[in-house]
Amino acid sequence: MATTKTLGEVLRENGVTRRGFLKFCAATASLMALPPSLVPALAAALEKARRPSVIWLSFQECTGCTESLTRSHTPTVEGLILEHISLDYHHTLQAASGDAAEHAREDAMKENFGHYILVVDGSVPLANPGYSTIAGITNRVMLEEAVKGAAAVIAMGTCAAFGGLPGAAPNPTGAVSVGELVKGKPVINVSGCPPVPLVITGVLAQLLTFGTLPALDGYGRPLAFFGQSIHDRCYRRPFYDKGLFAESFDDEGARKGWCLYRLGCKGPMTYNACATMKWNQGTSWPVESGHPCLGCAEPHFWDAGGFYEALSVPTAAIARTATYAAVGGVALGAAMGILGRTTRQKATAQRQPVSVDELEQTP
Amino acid sequence: MLPELATACVCPESPVPPDWGNTLPLLHEIRHALQRLIETGAPSAIDLRALPFGPGDEAQLLAILGQGEVTIAIEALGPTRIWETAYTGVWVVEHCNTEGARIALCIEVTHVPEILLSQPGDLDRALIALDGALAASPADLSGRPQSL
Repeated sequence: MATTKTLGEVLRENGVTRRGFLKFCAATASLMALPPSLVPALAAALEKARRPSVIWLSFQECTGCTESLTRSHTPTVEGLILEHISLDYHHTLQAASGDAAEHAREDAMKENFGHYILVVDGSVPLANPGYSTIAGITNRVMLEEAVKGAAAVIAMGTCAAFGGLPGAAPNPTGAVSVGELVKGKPVINVSGCPPVPLVITGVLAQLLTFGTLPALDGYGRPLAFFGQSIHDRCYRRPFYDKGLFAESFDDEGARKGWCLYRLGCKGPMTYNACATMKWNQGTSWPVESGHPCLGCAEPHFWDAGGFYEALSVPTAAIARTATYAAVGGVALGAAMGILGRTTRQKATAQRQPVSVDELEQTP
Repeated sequence: MLPELATACVCPESPVPPDWGNTLPLLHEIRHALQRLIETGAPSAIDLRALPFGPGDEAQLLAILGQGEVTIAIEALGPTRIWETAYTGVWVVEHCNTEGARIALCIEVTHVPEILLSQPGDLDRALIALDGALAASPADLSGRPQSL
């Protein structure tokens, strides 16, 4: 359960010196995408931060978001933050099961009513309540119960934020996002399939540190991590500006690390922190590994056309825009984002709903 | 590298890291920060993890900055390595966790990185600990310093 101890008190009890604390703050500032000049302010806020209760609900999901979180490799930062929060219910991670687990959730909701952070991964099925239940409780009912006493709701991963893969056409379960059901409470969408581990803990750190909601974009995502497109932060961007593209996965352009736009990269329409925070201890990220961005942090990415089809721009237009790129720079990236959205809208309009019976009849 | 990869038809990476063009603008930023330090005394810090580096960019930058006279190791929540580059006042601060994995990498343009200074909170605790040691018997003082 949540306690009244501050993070500073907890750290000192664990023998962490002020110098160690400053180091922790420097790493946390980097984690939260804050400039290093804000480290002193962060230290003052973290010193006084109190331990919040967190209830984590998992609905129609693959556990990838939890895997991402628990496999983050910087234990002195994420570990301290995660140890500092009181994770009172997470049915994948907790030792308790059955009635004991559900009682833990009910107790945490009662004792911390109005103050706990509700994290949800997975979408919510509306077509048939029986598609996804926990302890016989439908996802929708459990969500609505838990939301009542939550201070804030974090929709973790693209499924919770936008419906994700369960919501892809033909959406047999009638999956909806958390934000479509939660009214009257702030919802922070942390999209990605899965989200970057550092982004997950960065958002938790923001709530823990300042007790305020981060600035959000039009899709409810924290601007600190989703404020710039993959394209604009991509180290391969100079090749795009010069009109140098890989045309296949083993041609000269691919070997020389040229832009992957023509191989279907969705970087121009995708907003996420992969290009800077990277994955696997900062080792690499999809584009650095030679694979186009799939756009997994965007709504309806699964229905936005083929992963390996270039954003819908005629060949002639690509050549023309490549010429303009040397002059247009960032503005062109924005234009490509708009073209990408047009592609998504077109794909959405072309959905052909089918029933579960029809799906089962498919050979 | 696995020996099989050397004879593979497709080389997974170019043997010579290309220049992605990120180093030069960063060097200009460091130069401006250094000029600001000289003229106003204002320190600057650049979080290298927030920059979209390509493969080899970081190594290239650190190679150009070089190694100066001072190298310092701190052991607090895992190792931290700090060194002054060949350009006086330009420091590299690398924080690692207890498992040795890097958790932050910064360029600090300053006279002395903040984390090297003794912190007021720790000074208070040191004074209390020293008072405790002085109040103890001489036999206790002859031993090794007590842990804070």
